[in-house]
Amino acid sequence: MAFTAPNETFAGKVFQIDAGIDKKIVFGGEDVLPFHSFEGNVPNRPVVAYEIQDVPPDDWPETIKKVYEGVSGDPVTWAKYCQDKLNAKAIALRLIGTHPDRQNRSPEDAAKTVKEVLAAISVPLIILGSNHVEKDAAILLAAAEAAKDKNCFLGKAQEENYKTIAAACMANNLKLIAMSQLDINLSKQLNILITQMGFDKENLVTDPMCSGLGYGLDYTYSVMERIRLAALTQNDATMQMPMLADVGMNAWKAKESIATEAELPIGGVLEQRAIAWEAVTATALMIAGSEILIMRHPEAVKAVEKFIDELM
Amino acid sequence: MALSGVQIFKLLPKTNCKKCGHPTCLAFAMKLAQRQVSLDLCPDVSEEAKKVLGEASAPPIRSVTIGAGDKAVKMGEETVLFRHDKTFVNQCAFAVEVKDTMSADEINAVVDQVLGSEIERVGQKLRIDAIFVSNASGDAGKFEAAVKAIAAKAPEVPLILSTTNPAAAEASVKVVAANKPLLYGANKSNVDAMASVAKTHKVSLGVAAEDLDGLTELTDKIKELGVEDMVLDSGARTAKEIMRDNTYIRRGALKKGNKSVGYPVITFAQRDDVMLETLIASLGVMKYASIIVMSSIDRWKSLALFTLRQNIYTNPQVPLQVKQDIYKLGTPTSDAPLLITSNFSLTYFIVSGEIEGSKVPVRLAVLDTEGLSVLTGWAAGKFTAAKIAQFIQESGIEKEISHKELIIPGYVAILSGSIEDKLPGWKITVGPREANGLPAFLKARTN
Repeated sequence: MAFTAPNETFAGKVFQIDAGIDKKIVFGGEDVLPFHSFEGNVPNRPVVAYEIQDVPPDDWPETIKKVYEGVSGDPVTWAKYCQDKLNAKAIALRLIGTHPDRQNRSPEDAAKTVKEVLAAISVPLIILGSNHVEKDAAILLAAAEAAKDKNCFLGKAQEENYKTIAAACMANNLKLIAMSQLDINLSKQLNILITQMGFDKENLVTDPMCSGLGYGLDYTYSVMERIRLAALTQNDATMQMPMLADVGMNAWKAKESIATEAELPIGGVLEQRAIAWEAVTATALMIAGSEILIMRHPEAVKAVEKFIDELM
Repeated sequence: MALSGVQIFKLLPKTNCKKCGHPTCLAFAMKLAQRQVSLDLCPDVSEEAKKVLGEASAPPIRSVTIGAGDKAVKMGEETVLFRHDKTFVNQCAFAVEVKDTMSADEINAVVDQVLGSEIERVGQKLRIDAIFVSNASGDAGKFEAAVKAIAAKAPEVPLILSTTNPAAAEASVKVVAANKPLLYGANKSNVDAMASVAKTHKVSLGVAAEDLDGLTELTDKIKELGVEDMVLDSGARTAKEIMRDNTYIRRGALKKGNKSVGYPVITFAQRDDVMLETLIASLGVMKYASIIVMSSIDRWKSLALFTLRQNIYTNPQVPLQVKQDIYKLGTPTSDAPLLITSNFSLTYFIVSGEIEGSKVPVRLAVLDTEGLSVLTGWAAGKFTAAKIAQFIQESGIEKEISHKELIIPGYVAILSGSIEDKLPGWKITVGPREANGLPAFLKARTN
């Protein structure tokens, strides 16, 4: 007997979004579950952005720090290295040095860094604060002005500071990343609050909060799957935004990405283990529904790109 | 597919004899539909009804076990497509390929790796579950010798014997039949002979098709030949094909009641690029494979895959919990800070991760809050002054440390006074609200 393909089609569709001016990235737009091109349209592949910082990555584990030795001293050199040598499709600039517990850099410093990096690269830029809700409001406002009309992503807006950041995005013609705390309802609520300000829902990317392999990945995975199912099956326009996975910072926090083989004999060689930790985290979240991923290690990115090649 | 109460009623004797303990046949049928009673209670049911109802009540994905004893691997019986709906039932098995063209030393080395692969993570024992022996040589004698050598060295490890040659299958299955191997490789040209070997030795049969149509034909035929325990290979090899076929098979079995594909699935992940192989295997873990075959099992790769499998197969309704205890992070001296948090695994991982990142050695007391986070635990009466005081007193930590200061999460600052009341002589310090505030907090104390 022939096999009857149990195809499923949906009423809903994920919004397609783009970033950049010269070299654009485009993602989202699918009307089926991730990589289910056998039963619907998956017009774009997920995009991986390389993560850089406004200050040297002193707190990154050795395995990843050494990859950027000699270029990570200043963000412009670092960004150009990712674009020119690693063929980055996008750059994610994290303004971590603005955090009060770090270098406590000022909004002016942040704006200057954003301008310099934008002037040096032609690929799209994702501008991220330090996740300090009070400080981010001021920092991202200044960063938004520095990136006016450059079609960047700016984030992350959270429940406590979304008004300032969303307004800054609208005033400067940018796109917004909205992060909520690992809960499908909170994610929906934040999207609603932001769009109620008059923000175009199709200029929004959802970050349901990422977690690393073995450290809460099960939660992020299921929240993403549920958001995506709501977008497709219920045609819920407040949940049809593409999703971001902030993979690098979470994967490289895991003990498994840091401990040497002597400290963790069951884990084998540290370098491969750490790369695998980042690549497997990214893979899981792509399968769950994320279309834009922020990553650190070139070997992990390479493996993920090959995996996407095979899946598309 | 499951039958409704009315459909079942039509198959019953309709005598309302009450021998089953129910007032009417319809009432009994309703209970049967809800799977609350067994058909055996009806003494007058016809053989035909038994057959129909038996098939309808069988699980949509058949349970198949390979191996015997403690290391046996149970597969199938899945009930959902998404883990948030209900816990996935039987964890997928990881298998490593051994080719009969490899030298004895090479084979020994892989078997040693399998035997030494067991680790423990969050209370679970995890290991490479099976060895996939392939008849790459095409020679029956070489295959049998390889199987013999592996079975002698690792008699308890479940085996998957891969050959398309029925004579080689017969010779090697005979050697290890007691350990219930999976015989893989029934295809359209050898199906009768392979089914006969599986039937004779009472082992399960792996079906190697070229596509889903071919797969359906093969499983139907094999069932007619009297072999019920099967494992499916639709021929999918690329990530795209694996995503499609494994989804179709799981959906077909669960949502369409397609019995021809109601069996566990074997997924082949072997690649020259070992990092890519790790990601293909990851796809198998998430997307419905019951056995994942790999070409190598380095420790780093196994650890990542074991961890992913644990994340995917964990119960989404019951949070993973950490055992109540006082954990040492780094090598704390007797004057190192003592902190307390809840036993929700995510809380523990984030808090311990931030502390380890700060490089400040501390003792971290983890209170059993039944898996609730600090704030939820406080609201639910699981993270209270009385419980904290009792835990600290009974832990005997006072003898181990040279101070009496306990740092509590900022979210429960309100508890500090009442803990001090219940823990005479102790000083309660309010720490940061969020774990990411811990490094700065701890560093500021040591300066």
